Amino acid sequence: MIDTKNIDMELVKKLEDKAVEIRKNLCTFIYRIGTAGHLGGELSLTDMAVALYYKYMNYDPKNPKWEERDRLILSKGHCAETLYTIYADLGMYTMDYLVDHFETLETAVFSMHPNRKYVDAIEASTGSLGHGLSLATGLALGARMSKANWRTFCIVGDGELQEGSNWEALMAAGHYKLGNLVVIVDKNDLQMSGTTSETISIDPLDDKMRAFGFDVIEIQGNDMVEVCAALDSLPPADPVTPKRPICIISNTTKGAGVSFMENVVAWHAGSLNKAKWEEALESIENNRRVR
Amino acid sequence: MAAPVEVSLNFDQILSSAREVYGSELMKMADEGMEFAFVCSDNVAPSSTVGKFMAKYPDRCFNVGIAEANQVGMSAGLALSGRVVFSQVFGPFLPLRAADQIHADIAYNDVPVRLIGTHAGVTSGGGPTHNVIADLALYRAIPNLTVICPADANQCARIVRKSMTYPGPMIIRIARGAEPDVYADQNYEFEIGKAITIKEGGDLTLIGTGSAVYWALMAAKELAQEGIQAKVIDMHTIKPFDAEAVISAAKETGCVITVEDHSINGGLGAAVAEVLAENSIGCKFKRIGLPDKFAILGEPNEVYEYYGMAPKGVAETARTVLSKK
Repeated sequence: MIDTKNIDMELVKKLEDKAVEIRKNLCTFIYRIGTAGHLGGELSLTDMAVALYYKYMNYDPKNPKWEERDRLILSKGHCAETLYTIYADLGMYTMDYLVDHFETLETAVFSMHPNRKYVDAIEASTGSLGHGLSLATGLALGARMSKANWRTFCIVGDGELQEGSNWEALMAAGHYKLGNLVVIVDKNDLQMSGTTSETISIDPLDDKMRAFGFDVIEIQGNDMVEVCAALDSLPPADPVTPKRPICIISNTTKGAGVSFMENVVAWHAGSLNKAKWEEALESIENNRRVR
Repeated sequence: MAAPVEVSLNFDQILSSAREVYGSELMKMADEGMEFAFVCSDNVAPSSTVGKFMAKYPDRCFNVGIAEANQVGMSAGLALSGRVVFSQVFGPFLPLRAADQIHADIAYNDVPVRLIGTHAGVTSGGGPTHNVIADLALYRAIPNLTVICPADANQCARIVRKSMTYPGPMIIRIARGAEPDVYADQNYEFEIGKAITIKEGGDLTLIGTGSAVYWALMAAKELAQEGIQAKVIDMHTIKPFDAEAVISAAKETGCVITVEDHSINGGLGAAVAEVLAENSIGCKFKRIGLPDKFAILGEPNEVYEYYGMAPKGVAETARTVLSKK
């Protein structure tokens, strides 16, 4: 169990409020573009993404290519709309801009899967599953070569871990003792064919990650207290000294925050009509945690 | 058209290994202060020049073991951290095993990784699992990739050096090693994407790529003894493709024969056929390469002879095609 006794509850409340706002904006974005988003996975990772972008990543939204920034690779690229929504909230785009430039052919900037050519804040174009961990391993090695103190985060889905290439990358990251790499598994236990555990189980994931040379932190990833505790516990990103890379197993709920989506596999990908959009916003508000 | 460059028409079998020579070039480049990273899978002998380079510059060299998909993705990540990356892969397991990573991580991310796929074609021996016969067909369909098949080891070294300032991702496809030098004079003009005419001739055109350039030259030598003058073109760059060189050679000689250590499907021959057809160039045309089947078992030279890819076979095909001219 993660130690949460020294957590800054003011920070937690602030981030929880932000996560509520991002969830609402995300649903509005999906409603306004009128096409399917991957809301299930996007909502499951929202708390972690909010904590990273609003507190724990060294990051300047006014200068997304700042050399010393921490890098985030979204390996589960189909959940990019969470990131777009955060970028808009951070002032990099307006919501209207997001909507007006989503898959609009000649003028498109945003797509279901993120493209670094069009969006400065995107570190790597992703979409094909099982690629992010290799990219992140390379980035972390690059930081080591430069003796740069920035850290590489990689968000990977649990179903995605069924791709064998991940384990090649984890083996390499463990071998090279990349203490500047943090792998975050958004473990919502749902994939398109049902639960991950019943499809092809990846458990026991903590044992597997330790066997591959990682230190493991396991949390409830939709509880901001535990998210903050995990990210607070990260050691400084020393690029040079060989240390065990870190894996945060973030146990989450697919569709977290929207009651009618929670743990419903159909919300892996789906669109929102007006009624469902309004219901989603109401549900997010009703699920706001009172502290 | 520039004058033909000097080539080793004596063919006294000056054997050089691209794998060795490019390793020496990496060493020279690093010694000169050039910044780049090097990644390899488990196929670099410590006694080789690449091995020596890795021993001298361990902080920039990473061995990923036997894990080609991760190697390509990791190389892309290293490149995303702001540096050119040379990534040597045992060729038989690069294009097909890591195709998704080449497509998504290297090409789609448009990063300066130079994938060096060794043991091209059937040069590794060992049967069809170890043949690299579909890679050019794959690479030609992936946007952003520059695809180069050096004709000899020294040309490979030149490409490696030139690639430091070349934008975007690149595949350098090399043979197993110990292939004959094609170019006697190393000061010839070399430009990525620009074919080199290495022998003039008006009767037919032989276009080769990679180690097949040498076979084309040898065939041209044999044909010359019979009074048949073959133009020989080194099509070292498969992408971007020098269509102009093909068009002018076809118009000039009326007969084009391609030679490659690759399946006849989708490689150099296909690229040339597309250019000829789309530009309405009528001429005699024949592709020489591996047929659309898993190759017969044998040593590389035996396989080449069996399928008519070796110089004698190329010359024989040329005679047959010319007889119908």
